[in-house]
Amino acid sequence: MNKNILLALCGLLAVLAISTNSFASSEGALMHANVNVRDTAASQRGARLFVNYCLSCHAASYMRYNRLAEDLGLGEDLVMENLVFADAKIGDTMEVAMRPADAVSWLGKEPPNLSLVARSRGADWLYTYFLTFYRDENGGWNNLAFPNASMPHVLWQLQGIQQPVYATHDGQQVIDRLELAQPGLQTPAEYEETVRDLVTFLEYLGEPAEVKRKNVGIWVMLFLALFALLAYALKAEYWRDVH
Amino acid sequence: MAKPASNLAKSGNALMNWIDQRLPVTAFWNATMTGYFAPKNFNFWYYMGVLSLVILVMQILSGIFLTMHYKPSAVEAFASVEYIMRDVEWGWLIRYMHSTGASFFFIVIYLHMFRSFLYGSHRAPRELVWIFGMMIYLALMAEAFMGYVLPWGQMSYWGAQVIINLFGAIPTIGEPLTEWIRGDYFISDATLNRFFALHVIALPLAILGLVLMHLVALRENGSNNPDGIEIKANKDENGIPLDGIPFHPYYTIKDLFGISMFLLVFAFVIFFWPEAGGLFLEHDNFVPADPLVTPTHIKPVWYFTPYYAILKAVPDKLMGVILMFAAVGILFFLPWLDRSPVKSIRYKGAWYKVMLGLFAIAFVRLGMLGMSEGTPEQTIEMRVWTFVYFSFFILLFFLSPRASTKPLPERVTH
Repeated sequence: MNKNILLALCGLLAVLAISTNSFASSEGALMHANVNVRDTAASQRGARLFVNYCLSCHAASYMRYNRLAEDLGLGEDLVMENLVFADAKIGDTMEVAMRPADAVSWLGKEPPNLSLVARSRGADWLYTYFLTFYRDENGGWNNLAFPNASMPHVLWQLQGIQQPVYATHDGQQVIDRLELAQPGLQTPAEYEETVRDLVTFLEYLGEPAEVKRKNVGIWVMLFLALFALLAYALKAEYWRDVH
Repeated sequence: MAKPASNLAKSGNALMNWIDQRLPVTAFWNATMTGYFAPKNFNFWYYMGVLSLVILVMQILSGIFLTMHYKPSAVEAFASVEYIMRDVEWGWLIRYMHSTGASFFFIVIYLHMFRSFLYGSHRAPRELVWIFGMMIYLALMAEAFMGYVLPWGQMSYWGAQVIINLFGAIPTIGEPLTEWIRGDYFISDATLNRFFALHVIALPLAILGLVLMHLVALRENGSNNPDGIEIKANKDENGIPLDGIPFHPYYTIKDLFGISMFLLVFAFVIFFWPEAGGLFLEHDNFVPADPLVTPTHIKPVWYFTPYYAILKAVPDKLMGVILMFAAVGILFFLPWLDRSPVKSIRYKGAWYKVMLGLFAIAFVRLGMLGMSEGTPEQTIEMRVWTFVYFSFFILLFFLSPRASTKPLPERVTH
């Protein structure tokens, strides 16, 4: 019987193991964001960055300001003063002032709603994206994680301007690495922290219940473990007379 | 003067008598639980039946709560799921229970079916148990497919597009058939609405009815066991199988332990790994459905990918569709394809162990290939495993009557 259980579990694990490389397959090498959604201070700083740099074009239509106030421990007054710039109320979702029709005529298409971007792209992709903007030969912004991305580098004043350094691989010119051509307001290390804060917030934004989910989960697992133990003892007792 | 406790017992008995004269509750309980003797040598694989029942109940209950908040319209569906995830109290838990439950339903069902391959549970006189089981499996696939469309994400939309278009490969009636299924010329609000109706009413009713038939047919002859011999061949003077034990309390208590172990694994996924790395909840499905943007890599959810790989292995679309349906359809004939004098793998000899091992590897490997991008090498591998998949059934039919077997034991073994 034990052999059977082992066999079945191995099979299950084999099937589940495939999942781990599902992000990696399409995008090539990604940097590691190492975000921790429990880091409320990072989420708070990320929220400020998000409101200052992203929310003017991108909405987070599934997120409410008062949820933000509660989850990030900010209090509603603080959120109203520091994070709500439009004439929104505390119970409203995070919308953009720009009308969709204007967005299309100014930017070509409506910038995507970022509520779930951390769940569709993954934290590592977002981290890589914000670190690999560069100025290309045409004088425009380009990106290694998202080639020919239509978004300009909105954080360029913080990071500075990166330029590609080319290398020849198999007779083809490929980008070897990016080089900081013009320093920004932050050092590279500071900028990495800034991006990590922003990605931490985006991760929170993708699933506001994540921290609560894991906290509750520990108690559920403990209860079930105890229950399983009792159920096993009960089974053993009942089955003593089966030979 | 009688004590209150015995008074209570007496009035309890009186109430039970009153009910039993009108509804055979006690008789039913005795016939199916305390007076039903199940083989005493069930192992790990025999938990899967009760576990699928547990999941079915959980899916129905969590589904009821989801329908209280979900909006089946193309404009509102995606946002309503996020509303459940964020604004509904414990909505995230209800949603994850349902989405994780769907995947676990298939894990448990696949193990349940594999048990039958191991011990020959589908063999006479239990062919109808297997047939009803297969019908449940078909209904479950339809249920899961339609349920996956409801969140109205990119994978919901494009996965449905690909699968419905498969019917378009049928000559003459193909195109009108796909329009009839969609209720439109493309996947639209009309499609979402009807899938919602089928997902929450029609198919659950069908599944419940089929599960009932599955269980009635099972109780008629009783369960098979890992030795594949009939326990009713050896009875004591009271007509009770010597190797049988009352289902209640022995198996109800044992199942309680099995269920609690299952819930441990299930809860772990719900609370700590709900996306299962993109396997249970696909990354692309967190992007709202957009008919104008085709995702770079469309694939069905993992439980369909073995069949999807068989479809992709064939260059011709119609032949691929036929082969894919044949891969499911051939399972219906399993009770008659296996003609071995013994039922269980334990007495069939090495030939069956090798064949079944290869078949299991083929199924898992096809599942993995079905979710891959489909390079030319992968296509060749898909063909190899498709060949192995079908060879199992053909070889089984021709080898099983001839192949060597080991002597069956008189009584069940431990």
